[in-house]
Amino acid sequence: MAATTLQPSPEQEVVVAPVTRRRRRLPFSGWHFFLLPTALVFMVPFVQMVLASLSPAKELVQFPRPLLPSHLTLDGFRTLFSTTPALHWLLNSTIVSVSAIVAQSVLCSLAGYGFARLKFKGRNVSFFFIIATIMIPTQVLMVPTYIVFARLGLLDGLGAAIVPWLAGAFGIFLMRQFFLSIPKEMEEAAALDGCSRLQIFFRVVLPLAKPALATLAIFTLLGSWNDLVWPLIAINNENNFTIQLGIANFQGTRRTQWEMLMAANVVATAPLIIFFLAAQRQFIATMTFSGVKG
Amino acid sequence: MTPHESTAVERLPVAPAAAGSRRVRRLVDNLHGWAFIGPAMVIVVGLSIFPAVWSFILSLQKWDGFSEPRLVGTANYTRLVSDQAFWDAVRHTALYTFLFVPASVLAGLLLAVALNRKIRGIGFYRTAIFVPFVASAASTGVLATYLFSPQFGLVNDMLRRLGLPTQGWLEDPTQAMVVIAIMSLWGQAAFTTVIYLAALQDVPAELTEAAKIDGAGPWQTFWRIVWPHLSPVTVFVVVWQAIGALQLFDLVYTTTRGGPLDATKTIVYFLWEKAFRTLEFGYGSAAAYGLFLVTLTITIGIVVYSRRKNLEAF
Repeated sequence: MAATTLQPSPEQEVVVAPVTRRRRRLPFSGWHFFLLPTALVFMVPFVQMVLASLSPAKELVQFPRPLLPSHLTLDGFRTLFSTTPALHWLLNSTIVSVSAIVAQSVLCSLAGYGFARLKFKGRNVSFFFIIATIMIPTQVLMVPTYIVFARLGLLDGLGAAIVPWLAGAFGIFLMRQFFLSIPKEMEEAAALDGCSRLQIFFRVVLPLAKPALATLAIFTLLGSWNDLVWPLIAINNENNFTIQLGIANFQGTRRTQWEMLMAANVVATAPLIIFFLAAQRQFIATMTFSGVKG
Repeated sequence: MTPHESTAVERLPVAPAAAGSRRVRRLVDNLHGWAFIGPAMVIVVGLSIFPAVWSFILSLQKWDGFSEPRLVGTANYTRLVSDQAFWDAVRHTALYTFLFVPASVLAGLLLAVALNRKIRGIGFYRTAIFVPFVASAASTGVLATYLFSPQFGLVNDMLRRLGLPTQGWLEDPTQAMVVIAIMSLWGQAAFTTVIYLAALQDVPAELTEAAKIDGAGPWQTFWRIVWPHLSPVTVFVVVWQAIGALQLFDLVYTTTRGGPLDATKTIVYFLWEKAFRTLEFGYGSAAAYGLFLVTLTITIGIVVYSRRKNLEAF
């Protein structure tokens, strides 16, 4: 089994060819004339973001604007962390994403296993309902969820940002598909050895599920870290902002302090970019799965 | 299914005392099953199904969250179809959809074809094009405002250096939506590209080889051999991107907040304002259900169309 891919979809294995495996000289291709400029254009926003975050403030609102800063400075980051609760927001976002990933891993794999392997009354109906929820757009859910959270006193707290991410149809479906794809023999052997169902699940099945769990974790990380609409609705207390909400609100209040805004943007985006560079294959597998199976 | 047909995994040996009784065993099986799916079910039902039903009821009510909700029948919906602001929002959303969906599908196809080869630096190209996918709407919004700023932005700076007239971009009602579509494309081209890449790699190599041997040029091979293989995926990405485009909100919030002159006020922005700014919960819910209905109709329409043409996308 390829350690980095999900079993159910073979197409994922081939998406990113390991380009540096062989150091053979590859033939020159006319596609470079298209790909090189395209790649550079795609890099412009992030490059500009980093440059601006390291620029002296006044050079960003100078006319005509210099292409490159005269010198690099960390003033943007200093302003960010000394005059705004950005550090707090980063911590909040981290708490939200980590809670979401842990909860989804546990709850979705339990449910996925239940749907894939166990026989019980109401299984098919329940699964149908789960799948049906994929169709419901979030806008339909915003108002009632807001009211429920208000009644439960969850509004304005960090919990409001976490609860909607605890489990989801995508994760359940993903894990179910994975469990359906693995052979039953090992579980049967463990059952004959007298393992209980939970023991089988935690000792035999879950260790096999690492690639699927990686996909689920990345999906949840991207969604929960980058979410804006729900924190926007549910959280008003500045101390409980996520980093995304913080940045979005800067737009209104500090839209001319570009060096600070871009510093905030860097600290909000850098974790995901680093994860992406470190685990590009898993990220692409996640994108493919959320598309092909979603 | 009788117990005899099931395998050891589905029917584990339960406590020996219960082994004789089929009914107890079935009860235990049901309990086991629900113990596994229960926690996740509670969340999904509580946060999706229950709100979806309640939202529909709300759409038949007039309620500001404080006073007693009042049942008004379909009044919210009739108000919606006669609300000029709503139809403006529909127009803006349609404009964005027509800008973004074809562009993202074509870009994905082109980039996938370009990236689907072993050449020097392909890893760099892929990374450069895929990384923007992780940028959040908030980040993208800030970047859009910065890059397209009429006075200090890089884009106008480039135009100036080239001796071309500068533009108002996000501050120009006729251009703001274009900028939003460009920035969406920057962040999401990776998605359509990855999907097309996966599909391209499913095209049997024998077919393209055979075409090459028969003397077909690359252009002919693509349109005659590869493209027919891609049409189910194309139907899928069109539907997927259209659903996403119809729900545009984040990027509008983080760039123009619906302006200038309401030119970027989309359906979701409209309903968000109604529900959470003027606290018209019923009216907001009706708008949400209206959008749901439109989305569903378009999806079903495209699916039926593709079934008719035997594209088998779903």
